[in-house]
Amino acid sequence: MAFEYAPAPESPAIVNIRPSYGLFINGEFVDPKDGERFKTVNPANEEVLAEVASAGPSDVDTAVAAARAAYDTVWRRLPGRERAKYLFRIARIIQERARELAVLESIDNGKPIRESRDVDVPLVAAHFFYYAGWADKLPYAGLGPDPRPLGVAGQVIPWNFPLLMLAWKIAPALAAGNTVVLKPAETTPLSALLFAEICQQADLPPGVVNIVTGAGDTGRLLVEHDGVDKVAFTGSTEVGRLIAKSVAGTRKRLTLELGGKAANIVFDDAPIDQAVEGIVNGIFFNQGHVCCAGSRLLVQESVAEELLDALKRRMAQLRVGDPLDKNTDVGAINSAAQLEKIRSLSEIGESEGAQRWSPPCELPERGFWFAPTIFTGVSQAHRIAREEIFGPVLSVLTFRTPAEAVEKANNTPYGLSAGIWSEKGSRILAVADRLRAGVVWANTFNKFDPTSPFGGYKESGYGREGGRHGLEAYLAH
Amino acid sequence: MTATATRPAGSGAGDLSEVARSEAALRTFLHGLPGVDEVGAQARAAMLGTRSIKTSSKAWAIDQAIGMIDLTTLEGADTPGKVRALSTKALRPDSEDPSCPPVAAVCVYPAMVPVAAPILDGTGVHLASVATAFPSGQAPLPVKLEDTRAAVAAGADEIDMVINRGAFLSGRYREVFDEIAAVKETAGPAHLKVILETGELATYDNVRRASWLAMLAGADFIKTSTGKVAPAATLPVTLVMLEAVRDFRVATGRQVGVKPAGGIRTSKDAIKYLVLVNETAGEDWLHPDFFRLGASSLLNDLLMQRTKLKTGRYEGPDYFTLD
Repeated sequence: MAFEYAPAPESPAIVNIRPSYGLFINGEFVDPKDGERFKTVNPANEEVLAEVASAGPSDVDTAVAAARAAYDTVWRRLPGRERAKYLFRIARIIQERARELAVLESIDNGKPIRESRDVDVPLVAAHFFYYAGWADKLPYAGLGPDPRPLGVAGQVIPWNFPLLMLAWKIAPALAAGNTVVLKPAETTPLSALLFAEICQQADLPPGVVNIVTGAGDTGRLLVEHDGVDKVAFTGSTEVGRLIAKSVAGTRKRLTLELGGKAANIVFDDAPIDQAVEGIVNGIFFNQGHVCCAGSRLLVQESVAEELLDALKRRMAQLRVGDPLDKNTDVGAINSAAQLEKIRSLSEIGESEGAQRWSPPCELPERGFWFAPTIFTGVSQAHRIAREEIFGPVLSVLTFRTPAEAVEKANNTPYGLSAGIWSEKGSRILAVADRLRAGVVWANTFNKFDPTSPFGGYKESGYGREGGRHGLEAYLAH
Repeated sequence: MTATATRPAGSGAGDLSEVARSEAALRTFLHGLPGVDEVGAQARAAMLGTRSIKTSSKAWAIDQAIGMIDLTTLEGADTPGKVRALSTKALRPDSEDPSCPPVAAVCVYPAMVPVAAPILDGTGVHLASVATAFPSGQAPLPVKLEDTRAAVAAGADEIDMVINRGAFLSGRYREVFDEIAAVKETAGPAHLKVILETGELATYDNVRRASWLAMLAGADFIKTSTGKVAPAATLPVTLVMLEAVRDFRVATGRQVGVKPAGGIRTSKDAIKYLVLVNETAGEDWLHPDFFRLGASSLLNDLLMQRTKLKTGRYEGPDYFTLD
């Protein structure tokens, strides 16, 4: 007898999406001076959600000037404990408006409401709470007796965790005494604009947080702006390189959190059922739109067959569909462009000889969808084993010895994260020690915590976000 | 996971008869089963607990849950009158609504079996009796077997036995195995449910090993708890047991049932268990032959929710019979 789950959609009525949004500069929403606007769509059904302003050169000038003025006249002069009050207030408002934020995030991004509700938004609040606690304790952060803020931070964030990436950027910057101009991704600006309303609600002094929407051009204007003292970017390695070049030779400080091609290593003594959960969570969480996704499964040959059988059985349980349905496990791909990229890399995987498998699953007709997919018989030389796909596509490789596992795991230009599955503690420690990745998870995957630093090795970027380490990016000492 | 099950013993798929040939072989097999990561198992169970079961699927699940209940009374104060009332209710849980399904079984002490037997005989509702010195199991084997024999002779067609936890925890797996096998033989045609008393096994690794041990020894069902020890049934423990029966069927072709018992009181809890079954062992287990809920007060909550779904309003507790 089949147990069918009736649709259980979260109501979108809780959130009020305006037909059109301005730029958030100096504490208020203003129209862009060059008047250009673009549309943001719901990736699950391609319906237009709102028109959003595209910030041009003079808009970015105004925003940076507002941030500078707020820095000089208000924010840097406030004692840490006063800045903390604002951050605590913001954190509490985020919790109060959690459902609204989660629904909006799922509508604009395509991620399942279960994730935006249970992961994204709680972590956002936790980040603000955590850094609020640091604001009056900066002399004890291990960065010298009198660390000072840098000034105005220009921050550019991606579309995969729109609100969470905003929190990772804004919370430490403000706690350290900086003011910010933040540019959200062009496909997911809405939660950042709702956050702007929260800043108003919290009576944050005008100009401390400015949000300029737009595409890559706006991001470049912000990053290259003379008035910016610090640049923080999360996104692709390709764009990260351009930013590093443009910032080189300036006074600006830079942190980059870029791509990844993480190895998730399963040894033969792994807790198999939980490893399967970890693999699923590693690559299908947020449709695989995760820079630290466990996109390369390295499994020990002696358990490869049974593990893959169990993985396929588990994948057949994944519920793909309406992001607002509370039972959905895998939502929509964020944009047509991203869907095209995932498709083309998957086709390359097939043409290079890897075996492709997806569970039987019905995808909605409208919107951007891609079935959870695994490739077996993948070698290190395949493009799907080397390039970041940023979608629900897993490449499976095998190994025989721990040394081979480490070698394969490290054989990538990236180095953001890795996972190890074994019931043997000494093996976990020994292997973790040799992995060149910023985050190594043991018997879990994609676990985030504001107290824990996050960042990459090699082409996955530099600098750390989160924890005490995350403060260093926003303080001079 | 054929290889998982057979890897430690080194035998072929479907052939597990050799793993209990000696204490050493049995130990090697049980300790060769993949470990359970505690945090991961709890996280998975918690995630499945967030499934939102509404409207038509809720109505379906409530009827399923009612049909899977082992309606239980296991008190020193049980009287023939109470057992008669319980048995009558088992046949027709909602006296005002004939469309309400009967429960799966009535579960009582051996002394009460003769009271329930004439009421349930021929109705399709099973009569389960706890046996083997329930709940502690602290009696000599001949006494346990006699306990079982008496219950079956009095009309029980299901026996809920307890394992020897002391022997299990001190690693005397063959002793536990032999005891289960002896009770199975004594029970004859009666279905054997083996109570692991997971609250006393303490770790999920032990739960997995005890599950396999019971299944290898011939259990038709593996059951979490007596209800006399806290914690009784929990979602993560049931998850681990469902994984065990799923893997056991792959390895041997034989499908064993699972029965969480104790502490399941609300419809919401019961539905969480059904979701767990559905997404772990699969829909083959969504049947009273392979999944039971050992409970007593749960039934009235299910009936209350059932009426609410049908009529749109809650009725007071006085409209549902006490056991």
